[in-house]
Amino acid sequence: MELLNNLSLGFGVALTLGNIGYCFIGVLLGTLIGVLPGIGPLVTISMLLPITFGMPPVSALIMLAGIYYGAQYGGSTAAILVNLPGEVSSSVTCLDGYQMARRGKAGYALATAALASVIAGFIGTLAIATLAKPLSAWAIEFGAEDYFGLMVMGLVSATVLSNGDLAKSLGMVMFGLLLGLIGTDVNSGIERFTFNVPELADGIGFSILAVGLFAMPEVVSNLGQKETREVFTAKISGVMMSWAEFKAILPPSLRGTTVGGLFGMLPGVGPTVSAFAAYMVEKKVSKDPARFGLGAVEGVAAPEAANNAASQTTFIPTLTLGIPGSATMALIFGALVMYGVQPGPTVMVRDPQLFWGVVASMFVGNVMLVALNLPLVGVWVRLLTVPYRWLFPCIIMFCAFGNYTVNSSVVDVYVCAAIGVLGYVMAQLDCPPAPMVLGYVLGPQMEEYMRRALLLSGGDSMVFLRSPLSLFFLVVAALLLISMSIPAIRRKKHIVYEEKSEAEAKA
Amino acid sequence: MFGHSFRHKDTLAGIVFVLFGTLAFLIAQRYPAGTLLDMGPGYFPRALSALLVLLGLGIMARGLRTGGAALATWAFRPLLILTLSMVLFGLLVERIGLVPAMVILIFTSSAAGREFRLREVAVLTALMCLFSVAVFVWGLGMHFPLFAWGF
Repeated sequence: MELLNNLSLGFGVALTLGNIGYCFIGVLLGTLIGVLPGIGPLVTISMLLPITFGMPPVSALIMLAGIYYGAQYGGSTAAILVNLPGEVSSSVTCLDGYQMARRGKAGYALATAALASVIAGFIGTLAIATLAKPLSAWAIEFGAEDYFGLMVMGLVSATVLSNGDLAKSLGMVMFGLLLGLIGTDVNSGIERFTFNVPELADGIGFSILAVGLFAMPEVVSNLGQKETREVFTAKISGVMMSWAEFKAILPPSLRGTTVGGLFGMLPGVGPTVSAFAAYMVEKKVSKDPARFGLGAVEGVAAPEAANNAASQTTFIPTLTLGIPGSATMALIFGALVMYGVQPGPTVMVRDPQLFWGVVASMFVGNVMLVALNLPLVGVWVRLLTVPYRWLFPCIIMFCAFGNYTVNSSVVDVYVCAAIGVLGYVMAQLDCPPAPMVLGYVLGPQMEEYMRRALLLSGGDSMVFLRSPLSLFFLVVAALLLISMSIPAIRRKKHIVYEEKSEAEAKA
Repeated sequence: MFGHSFRHKDTLAGIVFVLFGTLAFLIAQRYPAGTLLDMGPGYFPRALSALLVLLGLGIMARGLRTGGAALATWAFRPLLILTLSMVLFGLLVERIGLVPAMVILIFTSSAAGREFRLREVAVLTALMCLFSVAVFVWGLGMHFPLFAWGF
């Protein structure tokens, strides 16, 4: 009953004309960038951050969320028609989706992807609505030391589970934590690491860091590669499916949703691994596994359902515990902090409108996505042929000008360029940017909670081990670190990622 | 052998971490550390940068020992052109106005691509200028001098 009340509160927010508009812009942009090769949700969200600062937080979040899950939809279109995943998470869809298209069943494949996605979207959103409340209820009575422990666990779990070298990810976290300290210290008023540049007194802006770390390196490395694309131009027919066809895709969609929904809640796993896991499950369950890779419809339905379910449920740890589980979530998390909303257990109590508004907007957005994707598929197909040389100057312009508009400060533009160079160098050295953003966002808060906990305990550093909650978080963090240092588990993790890249290579 | 190792990702990543960590540690000496009970502004940065240096040394040692993955090729040209075009935009935007600075930004950054087709870039520039003026200046009501020729 309470769920219904909450949802109706949410729909009250999501269904205002303005927010419907923002939701539409979000899913439209999401589909667009999902289809366009070489530009993904990370780049888009970081580019748009400067614009969102003038918007109410709930509208901004509705739009950013729309971009995120919309991109998962659009990514499948490119995967099926061009055999090129618009998003990494759609790479699994390439395997059977493109084969279906080659066998003249492009329409059925597209419809399957859309329907599986919307089923997963609905269930995933329902999961957020039902699970978020109990998860955050126990987290409200946190002390300063517990928050510190929670942040340590969040940082560690995101690094451990992310697709990257553990030591380098940890290094990036610390690097990010240090970057987050740039600016005026709130307790003493001393300016730290500002090099006497007055513009740095408030620290490096979040959108500057995001653009520098995600957009710039992406563009540079794309330009360093050769552009090869082969567009599948056959006519698409049969986007309407029969009842029998629908019955064939329903069970794999539901299985995919379950797999994706569960995986999405784990920090660092996200849509890509979920889609891959769902594909594996389907292959195991199938009576005739030999069909996979040759245009099996289950091979489209399950991973598409999984990556959408996962992209919804990744919001759960972000919004309830304040632990962003993926790079995109780290961006959304950082944006929330910049809007003055503290993501975490208190969001639902302090900003119920924000939380339930965003959840309700996901229902609205999922409906819009089906309407956008199926009848308009012809438009998106044509967009597939847009060359990258038209796109990247626009991205760079958004990076430079967008960040200039935030404070009308040219120093921001220079800092952004510098971070772009740093970001590219780190990416070349296989140091993942997401842990750095996480560290940057959590740095000032971690310091503050550590200070406060030590002050309240009279300088006793054992306070972190005495509070049961804090102890629990720290033990989990330690266990994660230890487990990742054990060769057997590390190898297992590598196998998962290797099989995934094999699947991508095959695609 | 030593010079060869520096072409490996692990060694270089370790060096970058050690350099930044050392720099941060040295700068942090200027801020009072305080005590555990009453942490000063220097406490957290010192602890963090020391950790970063240690971790960096570990990664470096691993790189020197095992070699690690070799470096991928660097896309120096796009990196240089794009960075310079952003710096140029920063230098120009308040001197010659938003629209001219943006025209220069899009033209210079387009040069980072493999192909540069003058007509396409011109159309793209016109569209992007119109779009950004429409969104930021007319839509969001921000005030920027669109044209200013006073150097």
